[in-house]
Amino acid sequence: MSIIHSSPYIQKDDKVSRMMLAVIIALIPGTLVYIHFFGWGVMINILVAVITALACEATILKIRRRPIKPFILDGTAVLTAILLALALPTLTPWWLAASGAAFAIIIAKHLYGGMGYNPFNPAMVGYAMLLIAFPKEMTAWIPAETHGLNFINTLNYSLFEILPAGISYDALTMATPLDSIKTQLSLGYTLNEIQNNNASLFGKIAGYGWEWINILFLIGGLILISIKVIRWHIPVAMLGALAFMAMIFNFLDAGSYAPVSFHLFGGAAMLGAFFIATDPVTAAASNKGRLIYGAGIGILIYIIRTWGGYPDAIAFSVLLMNMAVPMIDYYFKPVVFGAAGKNS
Amino acid sequence: MTRLWKIFGGLKLPDFKTMSMSQATQAAPLSKILTLPLKQHIGHAAEPIVKVGDVVLKGQMIAAAKDYVSTPIHASSSGKIIAIEKRHVPHPSGITTDCIVIETDGEEKWVECVKNTNYRQLDASALRNIIRDAGIVGLGGAGFPSFIKLNPGPGNIISTLILNGAECEPYITCDAMLMQEQSRKIIDGLNIMRHALQVDRCIIAVEDNKRAAHTMLVNALQEHEAEYIEVVQIPTLYPAGGEKQLIKTLTGKEVPSHGLPINIGIICHNVATAAAIASAVLEGKPLISRYVTITGEGIEHPCNLDVLIGTPFAELIDLCGRSNKAEQFIMGGPMMGFEVTGDNIPVIKTSNCILVQSKKTESDFVMPCIRCGKCADVCPAQLLPQQIYWYARAKSFDKTQDFNLFDCIECGCCTYVCPSHIPLVQYYRFAKTEIWAQEQEKKSSDIARQRHEFRLFRMERKKAEDEERKKHKRELLKKVSGDKDNADDAKKAAIEAAMARVKAKRETQSVSPANTENLTEKQKQSIAEIELRRKKAKEEG
Repeated sequence: MSIIHSSPYIQKDDKVSRMMLAVIIALIPGTLVYIHFFGWGVMINILVAVITALACEATILKIRRRPIKPFILDGTAVLTAILLALALPTLTPWWLAASGAAFAIIIAKHLYGGMGYNPFNPAMVGYAMLLIAFPKEMTAWIPAETHGLNFINTLNYSLFEILPAGISYDALTMATPLDSIKTQLSLGYTLNEIQNNNASLFGKIAGYGWEWINILFLIGGLILISIKVIRWHIPVAMLGALAFMAMIFNFLDAGSYAPVSFHLFGGAAMLGAFFIATDPVTAAASNKGRLIYGAGIGILIYIIRTWGGYPDAIAFSVLLMNMAVPMIDYYFKPVVFGAAGKNS
Repeated sequence: MTRLWKIFGGLKLPDFKTMSMSQATQAAPLSKILTLPLKQHIGHAAEPIVKVGDVVLKGQMIAAAKDYVSTPIHASSSGKIIAIEKRHVPHPSGITTDCIVIETDGEEKWVECVKNTNYRQLDASALRNIIRDAGIVGLGGAGFPSFIKLNPGPGNIISTLILNGAECEPYITCDAMLMQEQSRKIIDGLNIMRHALQVDRCIIAVEDNKRAAHTMLVNALQEHEAEYIEVVQIPTLYPAGGEKQLIKTLTGKEVPSHGLPINIGIICHNVATAAAIASAVLEGKPLISRYVTITGEGIEHPCNLDVLIGTPFAELIDLCGRSNKAEQFIMGGPMMGFEVTGDNIPVIKTSNCILVQSKKTESDFVMPCIRCGKCADVCPAQLLPQQIYWYARAKSFDKTQDFNLFDCIECGCCTYVCPSHIPLVQYYRFAKTEIWAQEQEKKSSDIARQRHEFRLFRMERKKAEDEERKKHKRELLKKVSGDKDNADDAKKAAIEAAMARVKAKRETQSVSPANTENLTEKQKQSIAEIELRRKKAKEEG
C-alpha cells in the first residue's frame, strides 16, 4: 500500500504497554485482598499462568515470524494470564492454570491473528474451556480465611496434588456463596434460611471475603476510569443492568431472588465489569455501542446466574456479547458532526 | 457576551508558541530571486501575462486569473522576468509546477496603486473585483480565493461574519503577531467585508492563550467605535480554529455534513485575509507579502517575518539561524502541515509557517489497533477512526464511506493519541485519493460508454433513415413512371452504361505498369545511352 508519510508530525507519549501496565497495577489491591482471604493459591495461579502465557506468546510469535520483543513487552499476554488466574478457584493443580493460559494465548489469541484481531476475550475463552473440560476442579473452592493452608501446603497441592495429613480435599472445598444460593434455592430453601444455615459463607452485604475483593476491584476500576485507560460506559451499563434485573426480581419475590448487593459484590461482577468486559479489542467501539454491549453482559449474567447452569456467568456473558460486537458496531455508529437530525 | 458552545473531542497540545513571539515582526530582506508559482490557491492556475525578459514593477499583475475559481499573481518586487518554467514548489509530493521567476533590481519600484478609501460608496461586486484583482486567497492555509467567499449568491442570507484568529496549531504565531501589530488593519478589513456582505454581526475569535492579541484588538475596536464587532476569546483546544469547530463554538450551529458554512448563514475568514483585503482596498496594494513564522528546534532564533511571496525558504532559515540539526522542513504546523523535500522552495500565499525540526520524526514500531477508542474520543468530526482505518487498510472503500470518511477534516488528533502509533490520517488520505481516482475512472468510463451507446444509436438511426429514404424513393419512382417497361429500359440502359464505364476503367487499370514494352526507337536509344553513362561512372568511381 502506497502510504506517503504525512502529518501529524508529533505524537502523544503513550503506548499500548503503558495502558496494559496501568490495568495490571489497578488489579493489585483487589488481588492482595484476594490472596488475604483465599491464600497463596491465587499467587501460584497467577505465576503459573503468566509464565505459561509468556512462553506460549514467544513460541507462537516465533512460529508466526513476528517480532517477539515488542509483542512480549506490550503486556497483553501478561494481563490475559492474570485475569484468567483471578477467575480460577484458588486451590488447583498447576496444570489447570497452565492449560487455560496456553489455550487463551494460542487458540483464542494467536489463531485469530494475535493482538488486536481476536474476536473473543482470550482469558474468558481459556476460562470457558477449563470450565467445560474440568468441571470438578473448576467448581471446588476453599472457604475464605478458614482454609488453614500455608504457602508450602498450597504449593504442594498445586505441584503434586498432595494435601497436609488429616485434611481431605472434599472436606476442605465447598461451593462459593453464589453457588450455594443457587443450589439451595433450587432445593426449596428461602434466601434467609440459606444465609442462616451457612453463616460463615456470608458477610455483611454479600459473600464473606468476596465483598472486600469486589470493593477493591471497584476502586481499581474507578482509578482506571479517572486516568482514562478505560471509559465508564461498559462498567456502568453492565453493573446497572445487572443491578436493575436483580432489583426487579428481588422486589417481586425477595425469598427466591438474591438482592442487588449479592449480585454486585458476591461474585466476580466488579472484576468482570472493570477489567474483563472493558477489553477494548473484543468490546464495541462507539460509546452508544459500549452501553448496549455492557448492558447485554449485565442482563446475560443475571439470566445465567438465576436460571442457567452456572453459578457465576461473567465468562459466558462476555463471550456471548463478543459475538454481538460486529453487529453492534454496525448499527450504533456515533452521529457525525453536522449530521444531527439527518439519517446517516 | 457571546455564549460559547463546547465542541466534541479535540486535544490540549503543548503549543511551543512563545519561542517565536519574543521579537516584533520585521520585514525579511529582499531576495535576489523571487519564484512565483502560478497556482498558489485552490482552483485553476493563473495564466502568465508577461514574457521572459519583461521588466516588471512591484505589485504589477504578472499572471491573470484563468477561470472563476482562480486568482491573479503579482510581482512581489520590481525586476526582470528571467524565466517562466517548472520549479520546485511547496507540495507534499515535491513536484515542480509552472512558476514565474523574477530577478529583483533592488529598487522596489511600485506600480501605480488605486486607493479606495471611500469603499462604502462601492457596491459588493466592485469590492469583490478589487479583492480578486489583488490576488487575495484565504491566508489561514487553505488558499481558497477570498472574493468567492464574499459572494453568498442569491437566496443566501448571511447573519454572521466570523474572523478566525484562533490559530490553534502548535508553533504557528503569525496570526497572533499580526493581531498584535496590525489590529487596526484587521478591523478595517473586517469592515470592508461586512460592507460587501451586508451583515450585522461580526465576531473576531481569538484563542484565550493569545492575551496580547485580544487586548490589541479590543483597543483598536474602541478607536473604531464599532459596537457591532465583538472580540471573543475561545478556549485553547486543538482544532478550535477549524472552520466547522469555530462556528460551533461561537454559534452552537453545526455546518451540515457535506455542506458549507454559507448553508447556515455564516461566513468565516482568516484575520490575515482581512488585513490583506484592507491593504488591497484602502491602499490599492495586491497580496505580495505575508507574515510567516520561522520556528522549530532546527532554528536558533525563531521569529515572525514579513516575507515577500516568492522568497526562498532557505534564505529565511539562514536569516533566523539554521541549526546544524535542521533536517526536516514542514510548511504549516506539526498537526496539519506537510513535509517539503528541501528548503529550495518559495514562500507562497498559504505559507503561514516554516517549521524546521531538529530530528526526523521516526516512524517507530506500529502495533496493531487494540480498538481502545481514544481516537474516537478526540475526533472533532465524531467519527469512529479505528473503523475507518480498518476498512481503509482492507481497501473496502465503500465501507469507509459508510463510516463517513469524507467528514474527516484530517486534523490529526486520532494519530496523535493512538497508543499503537498507527498513522491513521495517512490511511484516510490514501482512501480518499483512491476513491477520487476510482470516481474519476468511473466518470471517464461512463463517458466512453455513453459515447459508444450514442454511436450505436446513431448508426441505427442512420440505417433507419436510409431505409426510409430508399422506400420513399422507390415509391416516388413507382408513381412517376407510369409505364413499367419504359422504366425497365431506362434502367437497363443505365446498367449497361455503368458496366461499360467499369469495363473501360478496368482496361485502363490493367495496363502493365512496366514501361519497358512498346518502346519507340528513340526511347530505346536514350536508355542505352543512359546505361552506358552509368557504367562509365561506376568504373571511374
